[in-house]
Amino acid sequence: MKQPVSPEHIFLAPHDLTPQHLERVLNTALEKRADYADIYFESRTSEVVALEEGLVKKTARSLSQGAGIRVLTGEKTGYAHSDDISLDTLQIAARTARAIADEPGGVRSVPLSTIRPASQNLYSLTSPPTTIPLVEKIALLQRIDEEARRYDPRIVNVMASVAVEQKHILILASDGTMVADTQPLVRLQITCIAADGNNRQQGSHGGGGRIEFHLLLEPDRWRHFTREAARQAILGLESTPAPAGTMTVVLGSGWPGILLHEAIGHGLEGDFNRKKVSAFSDLLGKKVASELCTVIDDGTLPNRRGSLNVDDEGTPTSRTVLIEKGVLRGYLQDRLNASLMKMPRTGNGRRESFAHIPMPRMTNTFMLPGDSAPEDIIASVPRGLYAVSFGGGQVDITSGKFVFSTSEAYLIEDGKVTRPVKGATLIGNGPEVLTRISMVGNDLALDEGIGTCGKEGQSVPVGVGLPTIRIDGLTVGGTQV
Amino acid sequence: MQLENLATDVLEHARRMGATAGDILIASGESFSAGVRLGEVEKVQQSQEKRIGLRLFVNQSSAITSTADFTRDTLNELIEETVALARATAADDFSGLPEQHLLARDIPDLDLSDTTVSFSPEEKIALAREGEAAALAVDSRITNSEGAEFSNGSHEVLYANSLGFVGRYRTTSYSLSVVPVASQNGAMQRDYWYSSHRKFSKLESPATIGKIAAERTLRRLGARRVKTQDAPVVFDPQMAASLLRHLAGAISGSALYRKTSFLLGKLGEQIATRNVSILDDARIPSALGSKPFDGEGLPTQRTTVVKDGVLNSYLLDSYSARKLGMHSTGSASRSFSDAPAASTTNLFLEPGTVSPEEIIRSVRSGLYVTELSGFGVNPVTGDYSRGATGLWIENGELAYPVEEITIAGNLLSMFQSIEVIGNDLDLRSTVAAPTLKIAQMMIAGE
Repeated sequence: MKQPVSPEHIFLAPHDLTPQHLERVLNTALEKRADYADIYFESRTSEVVALEEGLVKKTARSLSQGAGIRVLTGEKTGYAHSDDISLDTLQIAARTARAIADEPGGVRSVPLSTIRPASQNLYSLTSPPTTIPLVEKIALLQRIDEEARRYDPRIVNVMASVAVEQKHILILASDGTMVADTQPLVRLQITCIAADGNNRQQGSHGGGGRIEFHLLLEPDRWRHFTREAARQAILGLESTPAPAGTMTVVLGSGWPGILLHEAIGHGLEGDFNRKKVSAFSDLLGKKVASELCTVIDDGTLPNRRGSLNVDDEGTPTSRTVLIEKGVLRGYLQDRLNASLMKMPRTGNGRRESFAHIPMPRMTNTFMLPGDSAPEDIIASVPRGLYAVSFGGGQVDITSGKFVFSTSEAYLIEDGKVTRPVKGATLIGNGPEVLTRISMVGNDLALDEGIGTCGKEGQSVPVGVGLPTIRIDGLTVGGTQV
Repeated sequence: MQLENLATDVLEHARRMGATAGDILIASGESFSAGVRLGEVEKVQQSQEKRIGLRLFVNQSSAITSTADFTRDTLNELIEETVALARATAADDFSGLPEQHLLARDIPDLDLSDTTVSFSPEEKIALAREGEAAALAVDSRITNSEGAEFSNGSHEVLYANSLGFVGRYRTTSYSLSVVPVASQNGAMQRDYWYSSHRKFSKLESPATIGKIAAERTLRRLGARRVKTQDAPVVFDPQMAASLLRHLAGAISGSALYRKTSFLLGKLGEQIATRNVSILDDARIPSALGSKPFDGEGLPTQRTTVVKDGVLNSYLLDSYSARKLGMHSTGSASRSFSDAPAASTTNLFLEPGTVSPEEIIRSVRSGLYVTELSGFGVNPVTGDYSRGATGLWIENGELAYPVEEITIAGNLLSMFQSIEVIGNDLDLRSTVAAPTLKIAQMMIAGE
């Protein structure tokens, strides 16, 4: 497939469109009384190469392209999209989207002139991951297979995949916004199956980000991911039943930051707070965490999976302080909710694709480090759980109850990490859990770039991070009292 | 151009470019949704989509590509690229199209589309508004709403392969959901109810959906935790269906040949209590999961998955069947960017004779679970641990709501301790089950 040059060349020239045509489309969208209209163009090339049973059996490549037109008036959103790009289909979509506005008194779009690239530059574009020859990806997967099997003879199967994409977006809005961005994404995922007699276990690990493909290779990041997946699978063979009940829980650094994503992140998204359906509604300025906790959402970290130069409404991403020393300071906003709540936009308006309406979403969410040494945190616990890796999580933003499930955890007995335990779900109450954090480690780490967040049926890539923390009381859903 | 012609042209062109076999999926459709919140229109969304998924083989190697651009030049480029990708991919002795004599010869009309109704956007908005209003009217403690949404869509699927199979069918869908929010003493709860059907006339009325949504939400107010304990757990039909979904994952071909299933090697064994029979039936007229042929052009069927507690059949596509030395069950499901893989059509657990009320009456102290959250299910071992919300049963009565607890066990032992099965099966989604009582699980709480 030919690699397109720039968003203008992808979206405008091949479809005989000019900025003036699009201004006309925006004016069609604004013909009735509306506050705002925008056009979102997207073109995405994605590729998955996968190995199992020692063979690279699967290669898949997919192209998608389309445009969506949105009209906002008050709290109303009208949206229409099509995978056919032409002046005609855009005009039809504009008329469909504006159907939510029925009062006369249209406005005019600010004249559009030249398309600007995003002002930030958080990811390198010199070598798009979709242009790397297939043979290099196949070679990597085969090395992973060998490495995993070499780790331990009890590794009986390895499933590994490289998923890459290159996405171009172009956003034109009635306020004169005209911004384009090109977003690479790379993800390596490895699952190992270990077997010892009838005892079978799996372990998974991976990583990536908005990076060039070769970064997986240096310095042996792929080898680290592979060994981690294999180590987890082998560890599973020795795991014993997890405890049941409320106890002290120590979370390791990095990916356990999923706690923040579920326990507070979703509850601080602007839409839920504007509608007052979040357990955090009206808590701005109130204490919602221990003074040890400062929590940030930052979409501007270079090369991170959750980072973006601009969000999917063309707003530059930013660093937002959600909780400062225990006090709730901010919400995550998109254009609609920021404007209705009279708050600043934070660059968190994201969408899965042109077929979806943007809404407030997290980028990279993490807690700043504290003073404690991680080993001191563990040593402080007479009996509890030490959880270092997790599968997914979920939250009910209205009641505030959240869950996340361990994939690697150990018992702590008399201040020492003892035996590995099976996966268990941890459950807690969002507005309460951070108030029980009694120690924060000095070892902040961000995850390795595998997170995907789902909300209202839309998936977007995200990142999380955490230093080692001690939570005085969280319910552990094991099987043994 | 006729889609049939497009499909056969693409496959023919692929053959000329060096493909030895191939198949193509063409889907197109349009959908509409209208969301209302607190009586006002919140969003209206309309979409029009089409897509081609192409799989080409060069001997035993294959590759998959997909695009929404149907222009001749793009498709020719795509064909060329797919052949190149396939050549670079490892040969797999088990890959390939199904055997020709197995392909579906007649394509039954399963009555999957309803074009007798047509609505204006305003009428659709009115349905959502009516559903939400019914919820808000139930009780003054329903103080807020996440809204109500009506959506409908019309889709067409065409599948063709280089063995000469060409089949197509059309589906429609209608659905309405309501999500009320209730509050009491400063604490909020939300729940929902919905109805979804291929026929508009079979949809539950907006008034009923709104009322049930409100009742489900109100009964959660004042929820508390319970002590950590072993106790019987009664799963309401929606949550019982979630157990079936875990089972479905474990009997699908790919989990078996990859040896990532807790039901590996259990064919012919007692995996559930004798009262349990589970069927996957693709031929139920106008049901949401029905389809006349599968994602490889094989006839779909009714498969007895579990009979009297014994695991009777896996769900297989051609590839996993060859890997396992078995036969396809016509369960292939095809997506644009993946090879066909076995999945369920309409999967359900056969109802028993006991009413849900009687089941609850049979519990002295236990949990009636109405919502489960999180991903704490290990498909390889069957180890199960999930967040739960529901009502506590005391002396056979639903006594008070509970939340922030977990239930844990192992799926195999859970299916082997299903004590009672309710008579309340309702095929409201593609996986369905009646109320189920499991003898004992670990509940973690205070």
